[in-house]
Formats: sequence, C-alpha cells, structure tokens
Amino acid sequence: MNKLTRDQMAERVARDIPEGSYVNLGIGLPTKVANYLPKEREIFLHSENGLLGMGEAPEPGEEDPELINAGKEPVTLLEGGSFFHHGDSFAMMRGGHLDICVLGAFQVSATGDLANWHTGAPGAIPAVGGAMDLAVGAKQVFVMMDLLTKTGESKLVDACSYPLTGVGCVDRIYTDVAVIDVTPDGLVVRELVEGNSFDELQRIVPVPLKLAPLAAAA
Amino acid sequence: MIDKTVSSLEEAVAGIFDGATVMIGGFGTAGQPAELIDALIAQGARDLTIVNNNAGNGEIGLAALLKARRVKKIICSFPRQADSQVFDALYRAGEIELELVPQGNLAARIQAAGAGLGAIFTPTGYGTLLAEGKETREIDGKHYVLEYPIKADFALIKALKGDRWGNLVYRKAARNFGPIMATAADVTIAQVSEIVPLGDLDPEVIVTPGIFVQRVVAIGNAVAQAA
Repeated sequence: MNKLTRDQMAERVARDIPEGSYVNLGIGLPTKVANYLPKEREIFLHSENGLLGMGEAPEPGEEDPELINAGKEPVTLLEGGSFFHHGDSFAMMRGGHLDICVLGAFQVSATGDLANWHTGAPGAIPAVGGAMDLAVGAKQVFVMMDLLTKTGESKLVDACSYPLTGVGCVDRIYTDVAVIDVTPDGLVVRELVEGNSFDELQRIVPVPLKLAPLAAAA
Repeated sequence: MIDKTVSSLEEAVAGIFDGATVMIGGFGTAGQPAELIDALIAQGARDLTIVNNNAGNGEIGLAALLKARRVKKIICSFPRQADSQVFDALYRAGEIELELVPQGNLAARIQAAGAGLGAIFTPTGYGTLLAEGKETREIDGKHYVLEYPIKADFALIKALKGDRWGNLVYRKAARNFGPIMATAADVTIAQVSEIVPLGDLDPEVIVTPGIFVQRVVAIGNAVAQAA
C-alpha cells in the first residue's frame, strides 16, 4: 500500500483544523501538525503546562527555559497568548473547551477506545501525563498513527490489548494509508491515500470497515 | 508588622520533618524551585512523600533529592523521561514507591485539597488501570471516578516576585503548579527572584494572594533578570 510520510500525515491533519479552533497537539508525531497549519488561519494552540496561543520554536539563542511546551521543548508565545496555572489548563481540557486534540496511539479499537500511555511490559515505567484528560475532554479526539506496527500488525483492533487511555473517546484516525472515522455504525473509511484500495485496506485490518468518502474539503 | 520574608534558604526550609508530604512546583525544570530543593537536601529531612508532575530531570533539583535517598514515595503524572535516570534506577530497584496520577487529576486533587473539598468525581481515567478499584458514578449519562484530595505539609514553589505579605506573581510557563500547590499545603514556601515593597505588585495581576503563602525567600536568578 502507498504510505504517507510523517510530514505528509501532519499536513493532512492540519488541513482539517479550521480557523478559530482551540487545539492541543500531543507529544511526538502530533507536534508536527503545527508546522503545517496555514499561516493565514488563526488557530489557538494550547499546551498543558499553561500556554494558550503557543507559537513556533524560537530562533537559536532565543530559547527561554521558562517558555516550553508539554514536551519540554522551547517555544514562543503569540501576541494575544496567555499563561495560566495547571488547574485552569486542565479545566480547558477536561471541561470541553478544546475543540480538537491530536494524539498518538499504540492501538485504537473499533469502538474508539484509545491505548497510548503504557505498553504494560514488565519493567516498563508507566507515565501518563495529560493523555487521559485530553482523551475524555476535547470535543474531538483525532489520533495520528501508522496503521501497522513495525512488525506488521494492525494498530486498529477489535479490542485494545494495551492498557486503555480512554474508553470510546476517539473520533477520527489519521493513518499513513487512510483516514477513518469512528462512528456509531462502526469504522468508516473517509479517505484512502492515492493508489490504495478499500479491499486491500480491509485485508490488513481485522475489524469490519465501511467505505463512505466525505466530499472533498473546500 | 507582618513579614513573611525570611533571609536565608536554611530558614525557609526549617521545620520540614521526616515523613512529611512535600509538594514541589514545576513542570520539568520550568518553575522547579531548585534552590529550595538544595536547601531541603542540606536540611536533611527524609522519608518524604513528594508531589510533583515529574520525577526529576538530570541530576539536579528534584533528581538530586531522590539521589540523596530522601524520598520514599512520589506522586506524579509523568516520571519517565529521557533524563529521569535517577528515578528510573530507584524505581527498578524497588527503592521508591510511585503513585501515578493523570496530570489533570493531580491538579484537580490538589485544588480539591486547597478548596476544602472532601473528594471529586472526575471523568479522567474512567475505565483505565488508573481507576481500578475506585468508586465510580454515572452523572448525566457520563462516567466519573471518585478521587480524593492531595494535601501536603509543605509546598516549595518558585515565583518571580513576592512581597512581605506573601503575594506572588509568576513568570511565563514557570507558573504551572505553583498557584494550586500554594493552596494545598499547611506551609507554603516561595522562592522568588525579587522581594518588592508592599504595594508594588498590581492587585489586578497578583496570581497567588498572600493568604496561601507562609514564607518568602529571595534568590538571585539569571532567567528572571533577563525578563
């Protein structure tokens, strides 16, 4: 199957983020989405450590250790941006004030359960951060992940085998081969990467899929 | 005259006792009161329960406190990081207890303690390992988990400026847990870059009102001076 690169995936997610959205981009791959948000759109990036209106990485030499993102990398603040404490920051997340969050995933189930914080492997040190709050709190939860693991297993599964981050919380999954919605009628393929067929996709995903492309976004 | 300022770090951390629960502000190293932590290491209290978002970075600050074997338990959301080697080694050796709490629940439980609430129902963590065995309730069709407040004997926090009444303002994303931890400890100790005369802080921009703060100590700080 034809696969998008990580940057192409980020670009694809960025296309679906409308002007005026309050958005949290998770650590790792989702952070890349920021690089592809069109400059002419005003989009408010939230960072769990107390920033709204987060800007790009600073120029070399301009880094401030007290102006960082959730991944603890130096960032900037846009004009109009604000700082706030953790109580307010997580009220924004848990209270349904964020329009969209984009998260990475180990697995997503057919009913939108998300596993992205812990492999449960012996000796693994668990760390959860704000993932569970985002999963339950954002109005729309987008997942961004390769469809297959490095060893070729589908990360889209009937039921997650890894410990859950949230139950039935995922709305849309952007993979490297297709965009798939979690709906009350099951998983619906909205878009296939050019050259990929639905039948081919269904052969590698062990969960029934439906095909219902959305009209191309304006 | 009320004067909450103290003239030394030693005085600032006086009285922190063995077995105390100590909240420490910061998200990674941003907002971490490194000088107060160094003073706590020198002070010698042990068997501490520490509440922080992380479990130390590198070998400094909180990591140094862990390395000095003063911590029996840590309550945090994100211990594992690229530079959390001190915690990782203690954890793998079974020499530190970990209570892992989703970050928003950590904040909400601290706020609950500060606000005098008996418990909270939170949607975060429902149906996951971190809610196993906990009471749940369905409210308006949504599932919630019962979580109890986290309170502390002491809170060590970092702010930009303070006055003798304990009013505080913060700097950028170093604010993070400081204002909520200040509400949840019996004794909140703030290190600030500058102590200013009463009245210098605009009442409209004071983030932590002095009622939540018991001690203020001034630290020279290059980052704040650049601000």
